[in-house]
Amino acid sequence: MLRDAWLVAGRDLRIEARSRVALWQVLPFALLALVLFAFALGPDRATLASAAPGLFWVAVLFSGVLAVHRSVAIESGEGTRDGLRLSGLDPAGIFLGKAAAVALQLAALEVVLWLGMRVLFGVTIRAIWLAVAAAALATIGLAAAGVIYGALSGGLRVRETLLPLLVLPVVAPVLLAASRVWSAAAVGAVGAGESWLRILGPFALVYLAVGVVVYGPLLEAG
Amino acid sequence: MSMTEEVSAVAMKAMKDHQGEPRPVIDDELHRRLRPRWVRVTGVAGLLGLTATVVLGLWVTPPDETQGNLVRLVYLHPPVAWVALYLAFGLAALSSLLYLWRRTRSLFWDRLAAASVEVGVVFNALTLATGMLWGRPTWGVWWTWDARLTSTALLLVLFLGYLALRRVPAAPEVRARRCAVAAIVAFVDVPIVHFSVVWWQTLHQGATVLNPDLSPTIHGSMAWTLLLGFLAMTAVFVWMVSIRYRIETLADEAVTRSLATALAERWAEDEASGTAPTFGLGASSVPEEVVSATRGDPQMSVGEIVR
Repeated sequence: MLRDAWLVAGRDLRIEARSRVALWQVLPFALLALVLFAFALGPDRATLASAAPGLFWVAVLFSGVLAVHRSVAIESGEGTRDGLRLSGLDPAGIFLGKAAAVALQLAALEVVLWLGMRVLFGVTIRAIWLAVAAAALATIGLAAAGVIYGALSGGLRVRETLLPLLVLPVVAPVLLAASRVWSAAAVGAVGAGESWLRILGPFALVYLAVGVVVYGPLLEAG
Repeated sequence: MSMTEEVSAVAMKAMKDHQGEPRPVIDDELHRRLRPRWVRVTGVAGLLGLTATVVLGLWVTPPDETQGNLVRLVYLHPPVAWVALYLAFGLAALSSLLYLWRRTRSLFWDRLAAASVEVGVVFNALTLATGMLWGRPTWGVWWTWDARLTSTALLLVLFLGYLALRRVPAAPEVRARRCAVAAIVAFVDVPIVHFSVVWWQTLHQGATVLNPDLSPTIHGSMAWTLLLGFLAMTAVFVWMVSIRYRIETLADEAVTRSLATALAERWAEDEASGTAPTFGLGASSVPEEVVSATRGDPQMSVGEIVR
């Protein structure tokens, strides 16, 4: 299973390395969102800094939807799905691989986005390890839930409009928890932040487990 | 029986009695057992119960000491919430699980899940609406980011997604599996949503001066009216779900039947022109688009049946 996951993740990342869709489309979108947030809230740096953790995660969520779209689009070429089914790869491995690829891309995006936020909004984070732990868990959760729904809406013509409606309510707790942790981490309130990891951790675990179980049936349902 | 087999079996039958009355083609246990009379009786009982609740709630029961007349919403709001959040979504989760489990897999569970989600969404929206009506005079605001309100609202959006997915055209089996998985994936989220918004409220200083608890002890005519409200709402729920279930079945039947007719006509043409009927090929190559096109508007298909 893990070997299959490795293969699929490698393939998805290699396609990204060659096509650069995430780099030239998703990442600029996330940075654009930062600028738009600033327009919406006004140029006051104090306001921006206090709203920054929430805005950061909203931007990550929307970019995550785009990344999942891209991850599904890779599979929607002529006969790709059948090829994948016939390849003998473990469906659970395919799921883990695709989720890992999306998670890695999101993680890279978060780093750049964070630098942008640091420069544009003037935010600092005191408890770095807390923020990083939260980001890692949140990213895994987002990628897992996203890839499940991506497979669910895979062959559908209405995918673009349906996917956000399905994914965003499900990942709402991630947005909530991750922004709270980051707010806490920004002021160094480690205790308040840590308790939120108890939402992010189980969320990631639960959706990884669900994905491992349901990805096979979903591939068949095509 | 797979969709394709079902269609080809029906088409064979339709070809045999070419001019004959079309027979019901979907063999569905509950559909046969849902006698219109019992459905009607449940409906009448539910509506009568609701009327009685309204009369008792508005005129017979006394106003509350602290809340005055506002307390009368208690006869409506909790029963509606009970139906939406526990009965409807619970039933939908259970049916989806039973559909996914191989040994109990049957479109019966899929239709039941769809029917109860649809009714559940309506009741969920009603829960929010009645809650707001009560919140405005009591708390002074229509909406507050209270944990219970927030998670109820999120639940509504989650299941709106389910309904949206259901409207996407697909063969019944494909749609059933897709929707069952979506329902389960959404259900797993419910406890997480619940805990996260509860913590959000307690850790984030919110306006939690507002206590959603109603008077803890309630007795006499008020208790009876509340009980009646629960029973009546449950009956209304059962009634609505049976009707929705019937419509789901009829819509599926309409699709199967129109496909069968189209196939039969095609074969009749083949026979008339002297070419061999392409049974195997014809049945197995029912293109997905045909299924999708006919699934496009279930309302229309139902309309055709009624006609």
